[in-house]
Amino acid sequence: MTPNRMSQLSVLPFTTILTVFTGLPLLMVVLLSFWTFDGLEYRPEFTLANFAAVFSSPVTWKIFGNTLRYAAITWAITLVLGFAVSFYLVFHVRNLKLQIGLFLLCTIPFWTSTVIRMISWIPFLGREGLFNTGLMQLGLIDQPLEFLLFSDFAVILTYVNLFTLFMIVPIFNAMAKIDKNVIEAALDAGATGFQILRTIIIPLSRTGIALGTIFVVTLVMGDFFVVRVMSGGQSSTVVSAMKNNIDQMYYPQAAAMAVLLIAVVLGMVATILRVVDVRAELAK
Amino acid sequence: MQSKLTFWLLTAVFVLFILFLYGPMIAIFILSFQGPTGGMTFPLRGMSLHWFADLFESSRYGDLGGAFMRSIILGLLAMVITVTVSFFAGLGFRRKFRGSGVLFYLAIISLVMPGVLTGLGIGTLFTTLGLRTNWLISGLGAHLTWTLPFGLLIMFAVLNRFNGSWEEAARDAGAKRTQVLTQVTLPILFPGLIAVALFGLTLSYDEFPRSLLTIGTKNTLPLQVASLTSNVTTPALYAIGTLTTALSLLVIAAAFAAIALTGRKR
Repeated sequence: MTPNRMSQLSVLPFTTILTVFTGLPLLMVVLLSFWTFDGLEYRPEFTLANFAAVFSSPVTWKIFGNTLRYAAITWAITLVLGFAVSFYLVFHVRNLKLQIGLFLLCTIPFWTSTVIRMISWIPFLGREGLFNTGLMQLGLIDQPLEFLLFSDFAVILTYVNLFTLFMIVPIFNAMAKIDKNVIEAALDAGATGFQILRTIIIPLSRTGIALGTIFVVTLVMGDFFVVRVMSGGQSSTVVSAMKNNIDQMYYPQAAAMAVLLIAVVLGMVATILRVVDVRAELAK
Repeated sequence: MQSKLTFWLLTAVFVLFILFLYGPMIAIFILSFQGPTGGMTFPLRGMSLHWFADLFESSRYGDLGGAFMRSIILGLLAMVITVTVSFFAGLGFRRKFRGSGVLFYLAIISLVMPGVLTGLGIGTLFTTLGLRTNWLISGLGAHLTWTLPFGLLIMFAVLNRFNGSWEEAARDAGAKRTQVLTQVTLPILFPGLIAVALFGLTLSYDEFPRSLLTIGTKNTLPLQVASLTSNVTTPALYAIGTLTTALSLLVIAAAFAAIALTGRKR
């Protein structure tokens, strides 16, 4: 058997499963977006009506804008937070065992339920929640703050809580690979801490930043549950609007919106992958 | 760069981040032991196991036991398949082959595609083909679209540190292909495979968006819990949270113990 054949055989189960459960379904969504819906069921008759409806509706632009806004804010916060935490662990915690221990402490919640972690915020943020009662007992406010729960604030807080891990892990990995001698050399040559950060650490962490960005942005853009529960139904994103369409059996229209969303998401990911060759960097 | 101020500032950020990460979870653990007359927030009105008992006795929470069993079975199946399939896929990806670029991008698409959309595609594909969505087939397949690319990425990282000349040495010494695989490659990569297993199990056990349109009529645990969030307004919700998180932590501890043990043997 040639090495080429051998490799292809070795990846065959992987190829088969992803073709059946990602490739074909993706194709199905694209097809569905061109199918006709008569109010009761959909059938395979070509139409552009779904896309016309999606593009002509001002709601579409509003929810896309809203989704991108959530993604951008969450991205900025998780990036700064994830970078600071990784930087601290890699360059300020000298004991390797402690470093690994603290890193694991950051990642353990990743393996627990996101639904549970999300509802954990409810006793904190509600009208009679811990924040409000705490602030009132301290005498800082005399009425409960209303914006804490069921608001954009709650949505973004939950996103940051759930997704910062996805920034920390890749950035930590990239930073851990930086040769400490390079930094020593820069220090000897008289570089300031800020110069080292800007010219050595940030450029050498770019794979991690790119991977973290891909994860956080796609997770926020694909979410509907956090926004539905934490905004109290007051805010919607592309997927939550799509989910409403699906609940009302408007599958083709949901599919048209899905195609648009996939195009946006893949476009963003492709741009990031073009700027940073993640695959080559992973193989290092 | 090692200035004291930066150090303490970053330490403060780190401690606050850990509090932010764990605080809410700890709060609901405490609240799940709320007395029978207590509500969803503090103060605690006595300590009891009332809400845990309620989960098992009351029928208000739907088929929680069944949902839990289905999630465990799905998780275990996803784990076994993810470990096996990504192990061989990782080995195959060590050299370029025809179609490797396309396959890599398919894996990336699978990873970044919003979960509900993957579910929508699988669900409508099944309906169009005249099949019923079922948690063991379409549900499992949907979970694999998330666990397999993750498994592959971990295999890439694991194989980075693997030296191919060990296999060559075994071949030179006359080992057959299967012997090389079972006696050289597999034992060396074993700790990494436990990590892949941990990912496969927990990602599937907690998976929510991909399950939504693919598991058919019977709920898995995350879906059941999600549907309860809107109509259960008692600390029983937190009791579910405490139980499922305790189980996740148990699994993580077992995986790390296994990695430590196999690591020490060498």
